[in-house]
Amino acid sequence: MPDFLLDIKGLETQFKTPDGTVHAVNGVSFGLKESETLAVVGESGCGKSVTMLSVMGLVPSPPGKVTAGEALFFGRDLLKMSAEELRHVRGAQISMVFQDPMTSLNPVLTVGKQLEEPLMLHVGMSRTQARDRVAELLAMVGIPNPKDRLDDYPHQFSGGMRQRVMIAMGLSCSPQILIADEPTTALDVTIQAQIVELVKRLRDEIGMAIIWITHDLGIVAGLAQRVVVMYGGFVVEEAPVNELYANPTHPYTLGLLGSIPRLDQKEGKKLTSIEGLPPVLYEKPTACPFAPRCKWAMERCWKENPMLETVGTEHRVACWVDTKTGRAR
Amino acid sequence: MTTKPEALLQVEDLKMHFPIYKGLFRKQVGAVHAVDGISFEVHKGETLGLVGESGCGKSTTGRAILQLHRPNSGKVNFDGKNLVELKGEELRLMRRKMQMIFQDPYASLNPRMTVGEIIGEPLVVHGIAKGAEVQDRVAQLLELVRLNPSFASRYPHEFSGGQRQRIGIARAVALQPPFIVCDEPISALDVSIQSQVINLLQELQEQFGLTYLFIAHDLSMVRHISDRVAVMYLGVMMELADSDALYTNPLHPYTQALLSAVPIPDPILESKRKRILLEGDVPSPVNPPSGCRFRTRCPIAEKVCAEERPEFRELKPGHFVACHFAERFV
Repeated sequence: MPDFLLDIKGLETQFKTPDGTVHAVNGVSFGLKESETLAVVGESGCGKSVTMLSVMGLVPSPPGKVTAGEALFFGRDLLKMSAEELRHVRGAQISMVFQDPMTSLNPVLTVGKQLEEPLMLHVGMSRTQARDRVAELLAMVGIPNPKDRLDDYPHQFSGGMRQRVMIAMGLSCSPQILIADEPTTALDVTIQAQIVELVKRLRDEIGMAIIWITHDLGIVAGLAQRVVVMYGGFVVEEAPVNELYANPTHPYTLGLLGSIPRLDQKEGKKLTSIEGLPPVLYEKPTACPFAPRCKWAMERCWKENPMLETVGTEHRVACWVDTKTGRAR
Repeated sequence: MTTKPEALLQVEDLKMHFPIYKGLFRKQVGAVHAVDGISFEVHKGETLGLVGESGCGKSTTGRAILQLHRPNSGKVNFDGKNLVELKGEELRLMRRKMQMIFQDPYASLNPRMTVGEIIGEPLVVHGIAKGAEVQDRVAQLLELVRLNPSFASRYPHEFSGGQRQRIGIARAVALQPPFIVCDEPISALDVSIQSQVINLLQELQEQFGLTYLFIAHDLSMVRHISDRVAVMYLGVMMELADSDALYTNPLHPYTQALLSAVPIPDPILESKRKRILLEGDVPSPVNPPSGCRFRTRCPIAEKVCAEERPEFRELKPGHFVACHFAERFV
């Protein structure tokens, strides 16, 4: 068992809503190795973002509540830290880049001010030191004339440029872990390519570990070393990237890969679709959450929820069925 | 192709500018050149994919064809008539033959109408069915898009995004129009739901011989569904060709960059691919660059590109491209 930089164990998060308690994360465990890029893949509502928000202590409470589990970072449980302790970790050692750069930047503060803040808070720089460092950071993420842009407001930047600003902010205190929550979803494909290349370059230069949350299996292929697939608040498959694409094993992973067309393949082949809808879990599932949409589902799938089991090198799957033979595992 | 395919729709030099007003007297100070002179044909029974990045004018093109925006100039010939010149009742009658599926299934269905009313409305408005007949047709249409006919009495908020998009599709095909503009019909949906909707669109096309103008920014999906693909950038057409020709041998530097930016879900292939990274962002359509619109980001731009707007020419049979140097890539 390799040592993990961040080790999430048995995490459970629930949200109280007027319609009942939603079980968003139901016992998620995975680890992040040092300087590794891990992709967390799943559709909206699968719990991928909530998992990371829980770890960072950013789940709004109420209505949300982390009800079980631990997240060990250098031997300390992030979930048990006081707000004060967590504040020192967040931004300094673990930072986060969100999906929508417009709503995650403060529209009434200049970009310079917002970037100086973490540096003054966590690193203890003076305003002038911080200002110089911010200009460096903006140059590093490829913003032209960084010195002149410090006093601009977020609305004066384009979407791609704003996301660069967010990445600069995420990297400002040289964190060990960067959590990127769908950072390119709101961007056009040419800008997405720019951002992905930028993150790859910075990763190689700085050597930080990355957790990249996405629904896009295309980006994952070119970026991640290991992939965690989530469904219904569970991890359903986990594997190194080459292994996952060569040997997808969980019916949901197979369905996802089958339902996306490929740019390098001729049209005409019908896409395999996953029938039905992703679940909203008002009760903690006692059966496999994917069973209602699964074409392999057997009797057992409706009664017991499968645990993750090892099927190959670092390859783990939570499924009662061997999808290669269609028989019970 | 041996016989020349029949054109269902011809667009000639279509221009759609949105005025910008400023000051006390709301004087016009400029215009957003959303669509700036594009020409193309849509063949009968085909799916023409229209791709480009946000703000390139692809949605405006779709809306201007259907006269949801009235174009500033140009012609849209459909069924022997120039839609741009039609008004009032004449235009209303033409609308029966062309419908639209919208991007946002949350905003495009009236929350105060039941699903039955939404799908039945075009039938009533165009006087095609009345009374109980409408309900029968609605039930048929719901079955056609794989929804339970009993859903007719429910309201849109009771449905998921994918189901709502099916309702939107049922409404669009209610009048059995030969031509449907699909404006990013799947981009608001989850991956596993997208393929459900795409498969449904393809089945309906086979069943009714529909012609689609499929507007999208997802190039992989466009390749999957389209017979021919048109690429737009900043209000003008850059390239138009058979889907296979465009994806295997793109002749425009913008198309090349666009295609190279699309990730492929295959880690081994991805590690070998070379990306053409474009510098910067798309310029503003208020004040687009002179000459070729793409020249400010183009890796092969020369002096002539700033001076002359490249003609949209047929370089190979059926393969149109607007670039001074496209011959290099043949």
